[in-house]
Amino acid sequence: MTFGILVQEGPYNHEASDSAYHFIQAALAEGHKITGVFFYNDGVTNTTKLMDIPADDRHISKRWSELGAKGVPLIVCVAAAKRRGINSDVLIDHARIDGLGQLSELCIESDRLITFGD
Amino acid sequence: MLHIVNKSPFSNGNLDTCLRIAQADDPILLIEDGVFAVKKGTSLEGRMKETVGRHPVYALQADLKARGIEGVVDGVTVCDYAGFVRLVEEHRPHSWL
Amino acid sequence: MEEQAPRKIMFVNRRAPHGSIYAYEGLEVVLIFGAYDQEISAAFLDDAVFSLKKGQDTSELGVKEFSATFRVLEAYGVENRYVEKESLEKRGLTPDDLIVDVEVVDGATLRKAMGEQDVLLPF
Repeated sequence: MTFGILVQEGPYNHEASDSAYHFIQAALAEGHKITGVFFYNDGVTNTTKLMDIPADDRHISKRWSELGAKGVPLIVCVAAAKRRGINSDVLIDHARIDGLGQLSELCIESDRLITFGD
Repeated sequence: MLHIVNKSPFSNGNLDTCLRIAQADDPILLIEDGVFAVKKGTSLEGRMKETVGRHPVYALQADLKARGIEGVVDGVTVCDYAGFVRLVEEHRPHSWL
Repeated sequence: MEEQAPRKIMFVNRRAPHGSIYAYEGLEVVLIFGAYDQEISAAFLDDAVFSLKKGQDTSELGVKEFSATFRVLEAYGVENRYVEKESLEKRGLTPDDLIVDVEVVDGATLRKAMGEQDVLLPF
């Protein structure tokens, strides 16, 4: 089955980003395909590579980038990103900035669309 | 349809709205702070027991464990992330955020 | 992409405007989705009914006032627009207080409509 994922919250402040990540890992382990992770609202701040995290904690943006390297499309909403100071200069590898139409495509193409947020 | 609730019912009305709108027999999955709803011995235990009679109720193991909740209301199914994925496979999800 | 039946996509709006950005950024999504020829619905329940209230004036907050944009939902292809009756009544509002013509429905109608969707997006 194919799953699209919408992430509406930023990292650390809220568990949403962690829940989305664990859900995706479990879905991949079960043999499902992730059509894409769309970052919207404060969710766009998951994708800055400027995060500097103590060694004893998870590095959320690095974790997303690693998923991207495995072929999971990571799509950051351009309008939401501009508002929050995220552009291609600070974007993690294996993510791309794109329009809201990409969320619409995820809704149309995926068997399931699941939202993680506050 | 799968209803997902991630807020504590002790400080937020999302679970109330979910229960108002959910069709009988629709499954409900509690994650994040939502898992406080199924702790045994709370003032909501009676309400959750009724809910279990109307809906299959699931609570996410990782979130229960993180919060030190061991005893859950009778009839609630504790599931792991693989179980979460299976629920979404079987039902279109809605997150009550 | 293969031809497929239009998807039923519902925006489930539950948050008040101005206190957080969800109502505004949710509206931005709705307007984009309208261009994709899917079957789009928008439901307003709980505090989201305040998004539709007449007479909002955000000039002193210095933020954009966007409530008038809800009037164009129909023109943007949002075929079904529901407001839950109980949410309105609880907040001392009547359909006359709203800036947009919507269908006021009871919980049972909303339950049925939600159950028919392929995708539900919370805002």
